[in-house]
Amino acid sequence: MQWETVIGLEIHTQLASKSKIFSGASIAYGAEPNSQACIVDLGFPGVLPVLNEAAVDMALMFGLAVDAEIGSRSVFARKNYFYPDLPKGYQISQFELPIVGRGSLTIDLEDGQQKVIGITRAHLEEDAGKSLHEDFHGMSGIDLNRAGTPLLEIVSEPDMRSIKEAVAYARKIHQLVVYLGICDGNMQEGSFRVDANLSMRPKGQQELGTRTELKNINSFRFLERAMNFERERQIDLLESGKTVVQETRLYDADRDETRSMRSKEEANDYRYFPDPDLLPVEITEQRLAQAGERMPELPDQKKARFVTDYQLSDTDATLLTQSRQQADYYEQVVATGADPKIAANWVTVELAGALNKAGLELTDSPVSAEHLGGLLKRIADNTISGKLAKQVFEAIWQGEGDADTVIEAKGLKQITDSGQIESIIDEIIVANPKQVAQFQAGKEKLLGFFVGQVMKQTQGKANPGQVNQILLKKLKG
Amino acid sequence: MSLDRSDVEKIAHLARLALDENQVEGYAAELSNILALVEQLEAADTDNIEPMAHPLHMAQRLREDQVTEPDRRNQNQAVAPLVENGLYLVPKVIE
Repeated sequence: MQWETVIGLEIHTQLASKSKIFSGASIAYGAEPNSQACIVDLGFPGVLPVLNEAAVDMALMFGLAVDAEIGSRSVFARKNYFYPDLPKGYQISQFELPIVGRGSLTIDLEDGQQKVIGITRAHLEEDAGKSLHEDFHGMSGIDLNRAGTPLLEIVSEPDMRSIKEAVAYARKIHQLVVYLGICDGNMQEGSFRVDANLSMRPKGQQELGTRTELKNINSFRFLERAMNFERERQIDLLESGKTVVQETRLYDADRDETRSMRSKEEANDYRYFPDPDLLPVEITEQRLAQAGERMPELPDQKKARFVTDYQLSDTDATLLTQSRQQADYYEQVVATGADPKIAANWVTVELAGALNKAGLELTDSPVSAEHLGGLLKRIADNTISGKLAKQVFEAIWQGEGDADTVIEAKGLKQITDSGQIESIIDEIIVANPKQVAQFQAGKEKLLGFFVGQVMKQTQGKANPGQVNQILLKKLKG
Repeated sequence: MSLDRSDVEKIAHLARLALDENQVEGYAAELSNILALVEQLEAADTDNIEPMAHPLHMAQRLREDQVTEPDRRNQNQAVAPLVENGLYLVPKVIE
């Protein structure tokens, strides 16, 4: 039987505020346990939550970025369940009237097609604390620093029909929230967490199959692997006449498998009700307009502009706009007067390769945009050949100064004096009579040999165009 | 709508309330009476009424995004039954 995969994703993004969503405690990562858990986060009696305006504004920016319906009123609700890392016995979340309503996001598929993925809603909520199950004399340790950290949970429609589409959607959301500056996107630290709802159905069937929810996924690679495993598991069940049980399954990266949580608390009966401690939030026209003014240029807009303004290919524009830093870096290089296409090549190939090899982020690049621009200028005006440029790049990377300093210090300036090149070629022709005869007898491949000899004589500094031209003239003449 | 024993037991479990066997019937009757009251309310015509999320006709005040809470871990943990290495200790929870 032909099976169709149906996937919807729930993505928790930690918002990049300074303080918590309902209290003035810090959300900085990696602090001493419980040093950032104040009495509001701890659920002491008599405390009141007060909503952080930054969390509201960040949610609005996301809503605007995905063309979502944004209502004038939004309401917080209590989601009731008991767990030691949730001191109040409920999580403040949103149920009816989430801050961001229905929207959509367009993803690019491998075959060059595009697909619109529906976004059901995005709501604000507080994060829970962390439970540590190491040995505390048979007890569990609770760190509530994370409790109350603002989250925006982004829920998609079950619109994805393959694992590739689901990964593309997750990456696009990641790119978007990082561009917007509302999330640092750090998956290792849990700032961006993806839960996948996956089900299978016979191709052509309208009705959805029973889904499972996959949790505990902290990288895009694991997201893909977890979904692949789960897809195979469900197909095996269905093809052997068994049924899929609707449940939450945890992904185990070490074993590369998903496992049932086997939790009796699975009864998802959260008994939501509006939180009486929080009044409805009014989203005024003014607040929404201000959020709009804070929006940076979004990845798709930037990409389109790069294609038109810099005449770049779709591939180059996509690569360069992958992150805001890289796009900004590229534009700084172009601003020095560099040719946009050559600059694109250097940023995406030479620089990206060197950074990757050194395990560095672009923000830590030893070669600044100005330095790279200076180097490209010397290639453009024929001071150095493209081949030697890599050597110069290497030297700039090592901190030996800007392009001009390196070219001067290493004597890499290209030889463009045709008289000088001619006399070198004459010497080589005299020294290699056998090859000359072979070339003249029709073995034209030998041109490469002569070019190599010239480059050897000049340490690669001769202008290749001129060398070719003069060589041909002399050998054929 | 009325609640039977199993409904009451389920609600009590979700709220982590310990009920004596002999209390269950009584609660079933009392809770069913509350539901009957709600059913009466349902008879009211609410076609042109905006749903109410809060009895106060006010909007939520927002807070500026500033860190205002210092570290008061020692004071906060003074009331905790068990603490170790800055962590609150609780009976073991295993997933």
